[in-house]
Amino acid sequence: MTQTFSSTGHDSFVGTPRNRVDGPAKVTGLAKYAGEFTAADLAHGYVVSSAIARGRISAIDTAAAEAVPGVIKVLTHENRSRTAWLDYNYQDAVAPPGSPFRALYDDKIAFSGQPVALVVAEDFETARHAATLVKVAYEAEEPKTSADAVRAFAYDPPKKRAGIKPPPKPWGDADAAYDAAPIKLQNEYRLAVEHHNPMEPHASTVVYEGDGKYTVYDKVQGVSNSHNYLAAVFGLKKDDVRVLNPYLGGGFGSGLRPQYQLFLAMLAARDLERSVRVVLTRDQMWSFTYRPDAIQTVSLGSGEDGQLQALRHDAIGVTSHYEDYQEVVVNWSGVLYKCDNVALTYKIAQLDTASPGDMRAPGAVTGVFAIETAMDELAHEAGLDPIALRLRNFSEADATSEDKPFGSKALKACFTQGAERFGWAKRTPAPRSMREGHELVGWGMATGVWESMMQQSSAHAILSADGKLEVGNSTGDIGTGTYTILTQIAADTLGLPMEDVTTKLGDTRLPEAPVAGGSWTAASSGTAVMKACRNVGEQVFKLARAMEGSPLANVDFDRVSFANGRIAVAGDDSRSVALVDVLKAAGVETVEATESAGPDKDFASQYEAYTHSAVFVEVRVDEELGQIRLTRVVSAVAAGKILNPKTARSQILGGVVMGIGSALHEESMMDHRLGRFMNHNLGEYHVPANADIYDIDVIFVDEEDKANPLGVKGLGEIGIVGTAAAVANAVFHATGKRIRHLPITIDKVLG
Amino acid sequence: MNRFDYVRAGTVAEAVQAFAGAPGAQFIAGGTNLVDLMKYDVTRPGRLIDITRLPLGDIAEHDGGLRVGALVTNANLAYDARVRSRYPLLADAILAGASGQLRNAATTGGNLNQRTRCYYFYDTATPCNKREPGSGCAAIGGVTRIHAIFGASESCIATHPSDMCVALAALEAVVQVTGPEGDRSIAFADFHRLPGDDPAKDNTLKPGEIVLSVDLPAADLSKNYTYLKLRDRLSYAFALVSVAAALELDGDTVKIARLALGGVAHKPWRNRQAEALLVGKPATRETFQAAADFVVAEARPQSENAFKVELARRAIVRGLSQAAAGTPQSLTDKRIQ
Repeated sequence: MTQTFSSTGHDSFVGTPRNRVDGPAKVTGLAKYAGEFTAADLAHGYVVSSAIARGRISAIDTAAAEAVPGVIKVLTHENRSRTAWLDYNYQDAVAPPGSPFRALYDDKIAFSGQPVALVVAEDFETARHAATLVKVAYEAEEPKTSADAVRAFAYDPPKKRAGIKPPPKPWGDADAAYDAAPIKLQNEYRLAVEHHNPMEPHASTVVYEGDGKYTVYDKVQGVSNSHNYLAAVFGLKKDDVRVLNPYLGGGFGSGLRPQYQLFLAMLAARDLERSVRVVLTRDQMWSFTYRPDAIQTVSLGSGEDGQLQALRHDAIGVTSHYEDYQEVVVNWSGVLYKCDNVALTYKIAQLDTASPGDMRAPGAVTGVFAIETAMDELAHEAGLDPIALRLRNFSEADATSEDKPFGSKALKACFTQGAERFGWAKRTPAPRSMREGHELVGWGMATGVWESMMQQSSAHAILSADGKLEVGNSTGDIGTGTYTILTQIAADTLGLPMEDVTTKLGDTRLPEAPVAGGSWTAASSGTAVMKACRNVGEQVFKLARAMEGSPLANVDFDRVSFANGRIAVAGDDSRSVALVDVLKAAGVETVEATESAGPDKDFASQYEAYTHSAVFVEVRVDEELGQIRLTRVVSAVAAGKILNPKTARSQILGGVVMGIGSALHEESMMDHRLGRFMNHNLGEYHVPANADIYDIDVIFVDEEDKANPLGVKGLGEIGIVGTAAAVANAVFHATGKRIRHLPITIDKVLG
Repeated sequence: MNRFDYVRAGTVAEAVQAFAGAPGAQFIAGGTNLVDLMKYDVTRPGRLIDITRLPLGDIAEHDGGLRVGALVTNANLAYDARVRSRYPLLADAILAGASGQLRNAATTGGNLNQRTRCYYFYDTATPCNKREPGSGCAAIGGVTRIHAIFGASESCIATHPSDMCVALAALEAVVQVTGPEGDRSIAFADFHRLPGDDPAKDNTLKPGEIVLSVDLPAADLSKNYTYLKLRDRLSYAFALVSVAAALELDGDTVKIARLALGGVAHKPWRNRQAEALLVGKPATRETFQAAADFVVAEARPQSENAFKVELARRAIVRGLSQAAAGTPQSLTDKRIQ
């Protein structure tokens, strides 16, 4: 089905369902998280957060807090020690253009919940209590926190964010074609501000090792990012700082950038020359990043047959006053559909909030909700089945990128297999045509799309004389199954049982790898691990061939295979030697290799790479009371080779559930007078509970892709993309009511 | 969380005594609400009086009804066989709220004394008359999705979040309390109060008074009842609107009607005139509609929750219909009958 990757194409673990290798550590509590590491001299920092969203601190009185027995120091902008001067030093690997936020830097308040003091005490309870005694007086200014209030000030960001494709130049004449089109639709789409809210709140433990050296445990999706940040901001030698984060209790993008608790913990540790831990509270999880709302207008013009003649997708996203956060919102419309007259625009406007940040499928969740709802509206207007409409306008090449063909695009198979599993053929097209008791039943579908990416990444492999193999690099397993798939890849490449392979991640002493995000980790770290293992294999092979009376004498490397702990001549198991015997004979303790892997430039020059999905949803709506039950989902995904169907399915399940949250539940409610999110706890910020989730069926369709030797495309984001549109489309089919502003709550169904 | 003094009481008298002369003393049992409020620095007790050892953990026969000790957990109350057969409305209301873990810890007395979930009450960065009397109400004109549509004041628009108390209001339970001035009984309708100009007080307990039990009357309302809860997800959320309805029918005619709403006011909301409108009438949708219209006629929504008025109207009709049909809302099947 796809390229195989061990030296002779033998894989026994890759492609099969495997339990998480880190599962036992997690369920038994052995897995330690950033806020759980400790030190004998550990002090505890508690953050005092700004009550206002805009203005300045006119006075800050820490006397009462400092008088509490056990309080060591209260850090504020008035007494903090110096850190780097230039913005450049604060710009982490995924920072948008601008001046990154600096905690306790000066008296200015840029957003509600901004840290204004850090109380450091001998124990957490004392720090928390003393924090309530810090008196902060403000000169408050009126904040602007609503996208609607600033839309007139939207601008095209002058500096583009690295890795984020700006909208392509328009082609054809979208406005003229729209005016002339027999069927015209133009509507505005919105989603709510969402916060990532991983189970594990952000935390950093900075252990002072003496002599200006630190070991840092940071909740981050890639330790290299925090490592470089700390070195640059605090003027430390990289060798003097080691950053670790072996496990994450969820990230969803909130841990891509080093967050302010890391800065504060390091600042305090450096000042006090002792170890400091800072853990954010749940309400403080609303104080640093979020999925931004965007004001989106989609204009579709088509012939009576549903063939697109004009497509406009205009979005105004939001950002902070200090950085130009950007994400890809509108391009997806041009990727998914073939149309001769297309205009895609994306601007941003500034709010008095913290910078928004990447949240699972950033921009795609936003933009695909709009285009996929609009396409459903067009299908209804044109009297076409929603799948038929999508097939009529199916793109065979990426019009947003010089019409480059797709490396692979098994989306049609997603439609076919998803529809069959769902029973789509039984759908009656008319809205309100399906009913059971008090409930209207609706079936909706949508397409999902996400870019398939790979990043430069390195990894090492160490084979020991006892036959055990260690592989690893610095990226994080954010709960996706990275430990497991890397173990599978390594075991297959050297023909070892998975039990003999240990994967290590999240440590800056390991070879450098990027943050875990963008669905690129399987391709990037996976390929690097495979290459490192192949290198080890080749070294072992050379040692084997040099053995006295070697069964591999006069055999080339491309003729051997690795299986059952042995190197054998392919097809002739009688000519083989055990890896442990090779190392023993050669008298070496270990055979090691470090390799790096990056995007295939030849491939990238010829093709564009995306993952796709077709999402099918059934809702049951009690129309009188506005209650929605989302009783069935089928998500059919085309994402290249599936390394581990079990962890892969979990990835998609998680994405779908998060998409359901986006569609029906998640909403950070801003009091625009105060510039403050008010429902800042998990009791009032609703994510789906068990009762909200019924059946979710995941299908992986066959797809062969050659962007990387593994044939993988990544699964972290695709599960969420399109799900909200499928839900909204199902609600329309059930009720005849088109709801274009998420989440779809009771009031909107009644309204 | 402030520093506080901790006392464990062995008897009710000790608990009452421990309260006297201790500024900011509070009783603590399950702590499922109070500990959160302390962590958020919303409540700063000078002394916590642990009452979990008091002998108030039983459910006993009483006057043809049941006497529920203040320390009976929500779980034990909801799953008690006598409660399930004789007061299924109460059992259902309890199980419609919180989670298994919380119900295992939370107590009957604590449920009565739980505080509002108003966002502003919980956020010490904003003014709140309930938290800091005289500081103002930031909720008015703010994010008011979950706020009152009945009985609010210019000082406070918070709601009482309990499900259990909505059922207890409909069942006309009686709260037995004791305190520095001795024992007294409080009709459930008089236990919680409207905010008026003193929203710091959620209920009519006097300082130092402690709930001993909640008495369930003998009246049999176990056949035609329902607890219908509407919320922003299908479980584990506070009610936008909930309806406790219980009827006694004579053929198709309503003999007794009880109707209480949750999530809409500073206390479980009953409207006796609306109940009276039902009595003697046929148990039909038209009858229920008239009562619902009567109830919501006095609704005064906030800036962002006008939908709750219409939702309440419809929920009352559906709830009364479920009760009349003898098909109470299922707690496991989220489909609304």
